[in-house]
Amino acid sequence: MNLIKTNKFHWLAGIATLLLSVSVHSQNNENKQSSFQENVKEDIQEFRDFYSKKFSNIDINEFKDGVYAIDAKSREQWLEIEEFAPYEISVEEGEEAFGETFANGKSYIDCFPKVEDGIRQNYPYFNTETNQVITVELAINQCRKTNNEKPLAFGNGTLADISAYISFASRGQLLDIKLPNEKAYDAYMAGKKFFYSKRGQLNFACADCHLQIAGSMLRADLLSPALGHPTAMPVYRSNWGELGTLHTRYAECNKNVRAQPLELQGEDYRNLEYFQTMMSQGMEVNGPSSRK
Amino acid sequence: MKNKFNLISAVISFIALATFSSISIAEDSATKETKQIEKTDIEKGQDLAFTRKKGNCLACHFVQGGTLTGNTGPALIAMKARFPEREVLYSQVFDARLKNANTIMPPFGAHGALSKAEIDLIVTWLYTL
Ligand code: HEC
Ligand code: HEC
Repeated sequence: MNLIKTNKFHWLAGIATLLLSVSVHSQNNENKQSSFQENVKEDIQEFRDFYSKKFSNIDINEFKDGVYAIDAKSREQWLEIEEFAPYEISVEEGEEAFGETFANGKSYIDCFPKVEDGIRQNYPYFNTETNQVITVELAINQCRKTNNEKPLAFGNGTLADISAYISFASRGQLLDIKLPNEKAYDAYMAGKKFFYSKRGQLNFACADCHLQIAGSMLRADLLSPALGHPTAMPVYRSNWGELGTLHTRYAECNKNVRAQPLELQGEDYRNLEYFQTMMSQGMEVNGPSSRK
Repeated sequence: MKNKFNLISAVISFIALATFSSISIAEDSATKETKQIEKTDIEKGQDLAFTRKKGNCLACHFVQGGTLTGNTGPALIAMKARFPEREVLYSQVFDARLKNANTIMPPFGAHGALSKAEIDLIVTWLYTL
């Protein structure tokens, strides 16, 4: 850990420890692998159990509908809105944008060959070469970058449209998020820590509003369960008057508790998305969706 | 380079002056108005408690006379009977964590969302409930 010491003795001790830990590490690699996989499995179980106990009259798979899973009154209205969904145009525009031919003759389909079969269920994933969490939105911009195109703005607009098209084509698929190695586990743990940490002048954790008091009214807002949060993204919110991504919402929730919103698609939010999506493992992709 | 800098600082001081003077104008007229309809401490406390940008207590508490109240916290009623000591009530608003480490009620005073004077006004109002 503390290898950077000027003291020679510490150096030697440090290197010895390092060598030791490397050999122990290789022996224990398999054990470790299975142990962090187990930890995550337990986390998922605990998370689901919490909500199935708290909302014992609601089928747990319904949580893909966000707040409308627990609010029978506004659910009716919402189902009517979904009939003439305000995001339909975005999906169409997203599909069109997806078909764009880049200056080099390639297009998004070269990056996402299986888009028509549904790919959203595998996002976010952990890239074991770059050691980072890759979300759909980041992958879209990485595709552009590889093909020498300018990146799109994160959050709303064309990038959210493309994301909506990708979700739409993936509807009905079940979230299948992988945890390939220990680095991925670290990213997961960072996201988990974020979720449970108090922040902002008003001192709220995500878990306060979306776990502990989920189902209560905060002023006129009914608080949705965090289980299923990522399935319906991106969402068209009438408050926004447009489509926004999961990270747009993260920033809004941060602002609401007077915390500094963080960079969209930055490491913190991507790790948070990784944790949140892992918690919703196995649930159905049903985005895009509409919210009030 | 230096010229540019001078220009910028001139612009800044101009803006500062302009806003400063407009503020003092606004204050003048405000004091005139408040003299006519001086609010009582109780009213000021209620305003602070109801305003979203300040206490926003209604987000969580039912309060007689409040609209769109949330239900996360207990109804704020019979404060005098339940909080005979002003200190205890003050502390609940200043930093609810002192009583319940796991509370979700924001530490309004400790995190600077409300000043001590503002909390005092809110406590005065609370005692009317
Ligand atoms: C002070 C309360 C509060 C806190 C803290 C909070 N949120 Fe929210 N959040 C809300 C409200 C209110 C809504 C809108 C109603 C709803 O869908 O729950 C919302 C909506 C959301 C949604 C959209 C759900 C949907 O189906 O459209 C997501 C995702 C979300 N929050 C995640 C988070 C995360 C992650 C954090 C922590 C970084 C967080 N929230 C912190 C109050 C909060
Ligand atoms: C986000 C939710 C929330 C907000 C906002 C909030 N409170 Fe609370 N408050 C609670 C909860 C929950 C409790 C219950 C005790 C606890 O958990 O600390 C509580 C307890 C109290 C109590 C003690 C009541 C009792 O019966 O013991 C008082 C008094 C109080 N709050 C006043 C206020 C005032 C004044 C404001 C605004 C300046 C405010 N609260 C804002 C959540 C909130």
